[in-house]
Amino acid sequence: MEIFGIPTQALFGQLLIGLINGSFYALLSLGLAVIFGLLNIINFTHGAQYMMGAFCAYFLLTKLGIGYWWALAVTPLAVGIIGMVIERLMLARLYKLDHLYGLLLTFGLALIIQGLFRNEYGTSGIPYALPQELSGGRNLGFMFLPNYRAWVILASIVVCLATWFMIEKTRLGAYLRAATENPQLVQAFGINVPRMITLTYGFGVALAAFAGVMAAPIYQVNPLMGADLIIVVFAVVVIGGMGSIMGSIVTGFALGLIEGLTKVFYPEASNTVIFIIMAIVLMIKPAGLFGTQR
Amino acid sequence: MFSNRSIFAAAPLAVAASLAQAQISDGVVKIGVLSDMSSLYSDIGGGGSVVAARMAIADFPTKGIKVELLSADHLNKPDVGSSIARQWYDVDKVDVIVDVPTSSVALAINQITREKGKAFLVSGAASSDLTGKACSPNTIHWTYDTWMLANGTGNAIVKTGGDSWYFITADYAFGLALERDTEAVVLKNGGKVLGKVRHPLNAQDFSSFLLQAQASKAKIIGLANAGGDTTNAIKQAAEFGIVKGGQNLAGLLVFLSDIHGLGLDKAQGLIFTETFYWDLNDQTRAFARRFAAANSGKYPTMVQAGVYSAITHYLKAVEAGKTDDGTKVIAKMKELPTDDPLFGKGRVRIDGRKLHPAYLVEVKKPSESKGPYDYYKIRATIPAEQAFRPLNEGGCSLVK
Repeated sequence: MEIFGIPTQALFGQLLIGLINGSFYALLSLGLAVIFGLLNIINFTHGAQYMMGAFCAYFLLTKLGIGYWWALAVTPLAVGIIGMVIERLMLARLYKLDHLYGLLLTFGLALIIQGLFRNEYGTSGIPYALPQELSGGRNLGFMFLPNYRAWVILASIVVCLATWFMIEKTRLGAYLRAATENPQLVQAFGINVPRMITLTYGFGVALAAFAGVMAAPIYQVNPLMGADLIIVVFAVVVIGGMGSIMGSIVTGFALGLIEGLTKVFYPEASNTVIFIIMAIVLMIKPAGLFGTQR
Repeated sequence: MFSNRSIFAAAPLAVAASLAQAQISDGVVKIGVLSDMSSLYSDIGGGGSVVAARMAIADFPTKGIKVELLSADHLNKPDVGSSIARQWYDVDKVDVIVDVPTSSVALAINQITREKGKAFLVSGAASSDLTGKACSPNTIHWTYDTWMLANGTGNAIVKTGGDSWYFITADYAFGLALERDTEAVVLKNGGKVLGKVRHPLNAQDFSSFLLQAQASKAKIIGLANAGGDTTNAIKQAAEFGIVKGGQNLAGLLVFLSDIHGLGLDKAQGLIFTETFYWDLNDQTRAFARRFAAANSGKYPTMVQAGVYSAITHYLKAVEAGKTDDGTKVIAKMKELPTDDPLFGKGRVRIDGRKLHPAYLVEVKKPSESKGPYDYYKIRATIPAEQAFRPLNEGGCSLVK
């Protein structure tokens, strides 16, 4: 059986691959959405923090002999703490000003961080081996699915849903959302709002670092890996609706699928299709598919 | 964009105004290294090309000619590269532009250089059109080209049984030229091409393209791309079990820096063609050690070696011709035989093609390598006259 000249078997394979790439989009755009939704900061350092996650995993392995699984736990913590330091020392001073200042600061920081890593490690990238337990793969009939990629989809879905649950369904999440709406009132109830904001930024950064560790075995650990991805991820966030948690998750996976299909039917357009969709969405629904006008 | 000038006076200011100086425009020869300084090709050329240029200027005993070096980043964009080239030629009085990886940028600068009557020495870019239908009396294509890669690697693979191909091609001038030239070699040797897919430059994820290649059942998957695109494709092909499934990869353009980035366990057994390898003889080894010391330990790629060699010959021609007029220097460069420690003896053909031997190399197994950068076994040496496209087949208008 064929659809538009492509055998359905091959199409299944491509859809699955789209889903894998979508996992990364979802994880990264989720972090951005958390930071924007709760702090109103457009975090352009996100790509650099994703890259730092991958490098952190690499350092842990080569300098300390700490393997993939521990890196998965330690890296988000370490990079998250660096994020919190950045928030305390720099971002916290900009909350009174327009969004644009936060954007400029984080953009500049991203350039500096990437430049430092590029100077030291070049652009060819460094290999990071697949964890032993997840090497190999299985034949699904329509494609050969590497075990590691299956793990990426699984881990990404679990982390995304857990984050959504925490923010939308728990008491902690309720505090967070309340603090965004009316910080003075929440502070009056005895909740330490600045600390909560710092922790939230740290959490968003940790999500980026987590995605970085997930990406390390698939791509080369490369100083530019985040710069290449961040623009696409921003488009995903815009399409999903700035700040919408569920929006960013669903859009992340959906755009991965659409991009995957483009790679089959018209591969030349595969790196522009997301921006075409973004333009269309902005014309029809400027707040994004899941966003609400503020 | 960020035109960081590292002005470098190789020779002390000429004390006596020699005859030579009278014909050097504004009394100084200005060399501009234009490369990818920040993105996927920057380990191939980039800062290393600037190091090589600086070494060439320092090594060449100029008699009373002052040489300055400029460098800039073209971001792999033809419009950015063009505006830097125009600014360099018109405002900064640059006499020669060197390197320029990314064929689309190089083709644009080839045209501008011809309009301005300056000189252009290509090391980083690959498209064989630079000495074919786009050939120019102001351009020399130094290090390698797509025809030579296709001829070296394509021939070797088809002759050892790899007769059905599927191409994964970078969708711009270079990838298309490499695919075209390789396809011609495959067909000429009785092989067939089962399909091709074009991916955008700097694509990161190749799994989709690799699956399409896998479905084609071609024996050989030809990677008509370069730099980070090639390394990601090779790495992900291993992940998807492509080589285990009986298909083989042909990296049509692979550099030393790519192998270093991939690691030998992923890269072992790859066969491809290069025109320079640091471990060829005592002279190349000595050069590589000096180069690495100035380039944070990284060994030279053939592109960086080509920058050194091209500038050496350029300065020789400036000295011999006593002028830095672009068209005249290029003509002089074609007239003089070439000789340098890296590429040996050779010559520059009328169409602008520099001729030297090419090497068919195979990547060593991890057990065979003595350490970092000990990566290649030389399988065959292709003599200079056979390594490049015959003069009459390129369609260059300078060939009568």
